[in-house]
Amino acid sequence: MAAIQIDQVKKRYGTLQALGGVTFSIEEGEFFGLLGPNGAGKTTLISILAGLNRADSGSVKIMGHDVVRDYRQARSLLGVVPQELVFDPFFTVRETLRMQSGYFGLKKNDDWIDEIMHNLDLTNKADANMRALSGGMKRRVLVAQALVHKPPVIVLDEPTAGVDVELRQTLWKFVSRLNREGHTVVLTTHYLEEAQALCNRIAMLRGGKVVALDSTAALIRRISGSQLEVQLAGEFPGSLAPLLSHPAEPGSNKYVFRIADYADVEPILATLRQNGAQIEDMQLHQADLEDVFIEIMEGSK
Amino acid sequence: MTGFRTLFYKEVLRFWKVATQTLTAPIVTAMLYLLIFGQVLEGRVEVYPGVSYTAFLVPGLVMMSVLQNAFANSSSSLIQSKITGNLVFILLPPLSHWEMFSAYVLAAMVRGLAVGLGVFVITAWFAHLSFVAPLWIFAFALLGSAILATMGLIAGIWAEKFDQLAAFQNFLIMPATFLAGVFYSIHSLPPFWLAVSHANPFFYMIDGFRYGFFGHSDVAPGISFAIVTTFFVVLAGVAITMLKSGYKLRH
Repeated sequence: MAAIQIDQVKKRYGTLQALGGVTFSIEEGEFFGLLGPNGAGKTTLISILAGLNRADSGSVKIMGHDVVRDYRQARSLLGVVPQELVFDPFFTVRETLRMQSGYFGLKKNDDWIDEIMHNLDLTNKADANMRALSGGMKRRVLVAQALVHKPPVIVLDEPTAGVDVELRQTLWKFVSRLNREGHTVVLTTHYLEEAQALCNRIAMLRGGKVVALDSTAALIRRISGSQLEVQLAGEFPGSLAPLLSHPAEPGSNKYVFRIADYADVEPILATLRQNGAQIEDMQLHQADLEDVFIEIMEGSK
Repeated sequence: MTGFRTLFYKEVLRFWKVATQTLTAPIVTAMLYLLIFGQVLEGRVEVYPGVSYTAFLVPGLVMMSVLQNAFANSSSSLIQSKITGNLVFILLPPLSHWEMFSAYVLAAMVRGLAVGLGVFVITAWFAHLSFVAPLWIFAFALLGSAILATMGLIAGIWAEKFDQLAAFQNFLIMPATFLAGVFYSIHSLPPFWLAVSHANPFFYMIDGFRYGFFGHSDVAPGISFAIVTTFFVVLAGVAITMLKSGYKLRH
C-alpha cells in the first residue's frame, strides 16, 4: 500500500491554478523529494494532504485513508513540519510537546518526548518559554511537535530554510534514522544538494503540474557527462565554438564546454594552447541535481 | 476524549497564565460600574418594589461580565492563533469538529463564569441580595456563557484580523449587552425601544438570571429559558457547521 496516494488533485485560488491535476504516489519507506520553484504548488499540495486545505477535486490518501472522509486516521498517521516558523508564546517547550501529544490522543508520552528532545538537542531548553528561543531552536520544536505521535509518514516543508549548519546536520541525522526505521519521509527544499544526498526519488512541480518524477539517480543520468568551465586571457578560437554548451555571454571571458568523457578535455586544452589562449581559471563540474532541475524547469516553460 | 481534554486544558491554561488581564481586570471594571452607578442612582430608582437599585444592579453586572468574558476568551484565542499561525497545531491533529467546539466553548464558559463569580463575591458586599430560585441563576449563567462562548468562536473563525473582531465586539456584543437591561428594567423604556429590547436575546439571559435572585422579571423565566435555549442551539449548529466544513480555517 502506498504511504501517500495523490490522485488528480486540482486546486484553484480565484484565477490562479495552484494545482492542475497532480497524480503520483509515494511508497512506504521512501525518502521522497518534492521540488520546484516558489509558487509551484508544493505547499498547497502538502496543505491538502495535511487537511489544512481542501482540494477542489481529486483525492489524497495516507496509507489508504482519505484525508477528508477518513480524516482522523489519515491525520494520526501523518506528521507535518510546517514551513512557517510558528509557536504558541504561552507555553514552554515541554508543555508544547505534551499538549501536541494530547491532541493526538496520547496521554503518557514523556519517554518519547524526552527521546525526541535529546535527538534534536532540545533537552536543556525543555522548560524554557517558546518566546525565549532562537529561530533555530523554534524550528527544532516544530520538528519535535510533528513527531510526538511517531507518525509513519513524515512531511517536512522546507525545514532547513534559514537554518544553521549544525541544526541541518542534527535534523538530517535524526530524520535519516527514522527513515531507516521504516518511516516514510517527504521533503520539500530549495537546497538541491540536500535533496540529492537524501532522497531516493523525486517529483518536480512547476505551475501546479508534475514535470518530472523519477529516482534521483535516473534524473541525474538524464544529463549525460559534465561541464568544463574555463576563463581565458586572449582570443577564443572559433573552431571550438560548436563544443560550447551555451554561447559565451558578450564581454565575458568565461566559456563552458559540454564533455561526455574526461578524454574530451585534453583536445580542447590542446586547441586553446595552439591558439595562444591562456587559461586563467578552470573547473570541471560533474552534472548534479541542480543541472537537471534547471534543465527541466527551463524545458517546461 | 484525550484530544478534547487537552485542548480544553490548553484553553484554560492560556487565560490562566494571563489572569491579571483575563480575570482581575474585568472584575475591577464591574466593581467600578457598581460604585459609580450605585452611588448616583441609589435611592432615585426603584425597579422592583423592595429591591434597592444596587441590589438590582448586581445580577446585571455579574451576567454582563459572564457574557463579555466568555465571548472574549474564545474569540481572542482563535484570532490570535490564526494571526500568529499556531492554529496549525490544532488543525493538524485528528481533532473532530465536536471536540474543537466543546473545548473552545467550555473553556470560554469557565472564564466567563469565573469572572462572574468574582464580580458576584465582591459586589455582593455592597447590596442585600436574595436567592429566590437558585436553579434559574445557574441555568441562565450556564446558558448565557455558552451562547457568548459560541458567538466568540463564530466571530473568531470569521474574523481575519483584529480589526474585524473589534467591530464584532464593539458594534454587536457591547450594545447588545448594555441594552439588555443590565442597568435598568426595560419596562421603563418607551414602547418602541421596549419592542426592540424584546428582539434582543441578551435581554432574556439577564432577565431570567435576575429572576433567580428576586423572583421578579419582565418576562416569565420559563419563556426566557426557552428563547435562550433555542438561541444557543441555533448558534451551536452554525458553529459546528463552520468547523465541520473548515470555513476560513481550512481554506
